[in-house]
Amino acid sequence: MRTPRLDVGKVDPPSFRRVAAFGGVYSNHLALEAAIADARSREVDAMVCLGDLGAFGPNPDRVFPLLREHRIPVVRGNYDDSIARGLDDCQCGYTDPRDNHYARLSYRYTLSKTSRENRTLMATFPAELRFRLGDLEVLACHGSPRRTNEFLWESTTPTHFLDKLAADAGADVILGTHTGIHWTRSWDADTGGRRTYVNAGALGRPANDGRTEVWYALLEVEGGGLSVEFVPVAYDHRALASEMRAEELPEEFVATILTGWWTTCLEILPGKERAAGRW
Amino acid sequence: MSAVATHLRPDPLPARMSKALPIAESAASPSAVEVPRVPLRALDQLWFQVSGTVCNLRCGHCFISCSPDNHSFRFLSRADVAEHLRASVSLGVKEYYFTGGEPFMNREVLGILEDTLALGPATVLTNATLLPQRTVDELAKLAHASIYSLELRVSIDGVNAEMNDAIRGEGTFERAMEAVGRLARVGFLPIVTAMQTWPDEQTDRILRSFRRVLAEVGYDRPRLKILPPLRIGAEAERDRPYADVERVNHEMMSGYPADQLLCSSARLVTAAGVWACPILLDYDSARLGDTLKEAVRRPARLAEQACYTCWVNGAICANLPGFTADAT
Repeated sequence: MRTPRLDVGKVDPPSFRRVAAFGGVYSNHLALEAAIADARSREVDAMVCLGDLGAFGPNPDRVFPLLREHRIPVVRGNYDDSIARGLDDCQCGYTDPRDNHYARLSYRYTLSKTSRENRTLMATFPAELRFRLGDLEVLACHGSPRRTNEFLWESTTPTHFLDKLAADAGADVILGTHTGIHWTRSWDADTGGRRTYVNAGALGRPANDGRTEVWYALLEVEGGGLSVEFVPVAYDHRALASEMRAEELPEEFVATILTGWWTTCLEILPGKERAAGRW
Repeated sequence: MSAVATHLRPDPLPARMSKALPIAESAASPSAVEVPRVPLRALDQLWFQVSGTVCNLRCGHCFISCSPDNHSFRFLSRADVAEHLRASVSLGVKEYYFTGGEPFMNREVLGILEDTLALGPATVLTNATLLPQRTVDELAKLAHASIYSLELRVSIDGVNAEMNDAIRGEGTFERAMEAVGRLARVGFLPIVTAMQTWPDEQTDRILRSFRRVLAEVGYDRPRLKILPPLRIGAEAERDRPYADVERVNHEMMSGYPADQLLCSSARLVTAAGVWACPILLDYDSARLGDTLKEAVRRPARLAEQACYTCWVNGAICANLPGFTADAT
C-alpha cells in the first residue's frame, strides 16, 4: 500500500496557492467523499488531513481508500496514535464519566473495526507536516505543534499564546483540528509580519451549530496575503445515520449527525462554546 | 477558600497508579531526603491569589484555612495583577485563574477581570455568596465583551443545606444556589464543584441529586466537578490528615507523566511572592521566588503531602486536566 503523502512535486518544502484542510474525519467517509469533491471543484493544489480518521462514525476502514485515491497526506491524531498502537483509550482527555462512557464505546468499536493493514498505515502518519503557501511557512498538526491532544478553542486560546506557538515552531501559519469546531485568527507578530492560526474544524460531525453540514478550511494566498474560508459541506447525513444504526452505534451519536448539536463529549467545551450549543 | 480542584479523576491515572503505588519505606520528611523536583514545562496557567487568605466564610474543609480574619496574605491590587498580565504575554500564558480567599471580597476584581479578558480566558473560583444581581450583570457584560471565556467555578459541597452548610456554614447553600440561578439566567454555565465527602459508590446518586436541585434554580445543563479532599489546613482536622505514606518519592516519579502535575505548567502570584501552586500557600517549600521571572526558572519541589493528591488525581486545579506530552 502506498502511504498517503503530500504531493511534494519538485519543491522542498512544497509550495502551493490553494490548499484544503480537513479536520477530524471520525469515520465519516460520506462527508470526506463530499469534501474531497468540493475541494477538487475549487481547484485546490493540495488537500491535507489533520488526523483522527476514526471515532464516532461507522466502518472506519472506508475512509482509507478515499485518502489513497486522492493522495491525501494525513497528520497523526491522538485517535490514530491510539488505534495504531492498540492503546487502552483514545487519549481524548475526557474527565466526565458520561463522556468517558461514550468515548470508550466509540474507541472499542473503532479499534475492533480497523484492519491490521490500516492500523499499520496509521503508525506511519507524521506528527506534523510542513509546506508553503506562497511565501508563508505552514505547519499542519492535529492539536497543537507541541502536543497532539491539546485543545485550542477560540475562547480559551490567547493570541499571545498562539504567537509563541508559531514562533517556537518557526511557522507563519498553524493549521490544526482536535476540537471539532472551526475558527481562525490572524495577528501581527512582534517580529513583524502576519501570523495565522486555523482550526479546520471536523468533517466527522457537525460543529455544534444546529446545522447538519460539516466544515473544512480553504486556505489561499493572493498577492502575498492569506485568506481563510470555512466551507460547509452538505452530504448524505441520513445515509450516515442509517449506517451508524446498522452498526449499533449509540443513538446519541446519531442524533448529533441528524440535528447538528453535540450530545456527548460536552465536558471539554469551554463556557462560550458550550453556551453556543444546545446541550 | 473557594474550592480549587475541579475535575473528576482523570482516567487512567488513579486506578492504575494507586494500585502500583510503591510506598516509601521510611516516609521520610522532606528535610531528611531530597524530594522530587518538577521543572516548569511551560507557563500555561497563571493563578492569582487575588483576595489573599481573606474569605467571608470559614469552611470546615479549607485547605488554607481562609476566613474573615486570616490576613496571612493580603489582596492583590488591580495594578499588581496588571503588571503580571503584561509579563505573562511574552511567557505565552494560556489561561488565567483567580482564587483566594473569596475573590469577590476584592473590590477591584471586576476591573481585574476586565483587564484579563482583554488578553485571554479567565476563571474565578468563588463561593458565590457575594454575587448579587448587579455583580452578575457586570460579569455578564464583561463576558459578552470578550472573545475569551469567563468561567465561574462555584463551590457547593452538598446537594442540600444540611450537607453543604455543615461544611461551609449556615445559609450558604441557599445563597450559593440562588447565585447559580442568577448566573444561569444571564447565560453563564458555572462549573459547580464539590469536594468528595462521601464513598465512591454514592457519587452517581450525588451527581443526580445535584442535577435535580440545580435544575430547580433554573440551571438545567450543569457542569459538575467532584474534587478529591486535600488533607491539609482545616480539612486535616475535619476529616483526617494524610497518612505518613501518602507522600511522593523518587520511585513514584519514575515513568510518571509529570505533565499531569499542575506545577509543571502553572505558578501562583500572591502579594508575598510567587508559589508553585495554589494549594501549598502555607508551605515555604512551595514559594519559588519574589517575582514571576524567578519562579518560572525554578523547579517545583514535591515536598508536601498534598502533592500526593495531585500525583494520584492529576492537575486537579485546572478546568481541564493536564495532558501527557506526545509519547511517540
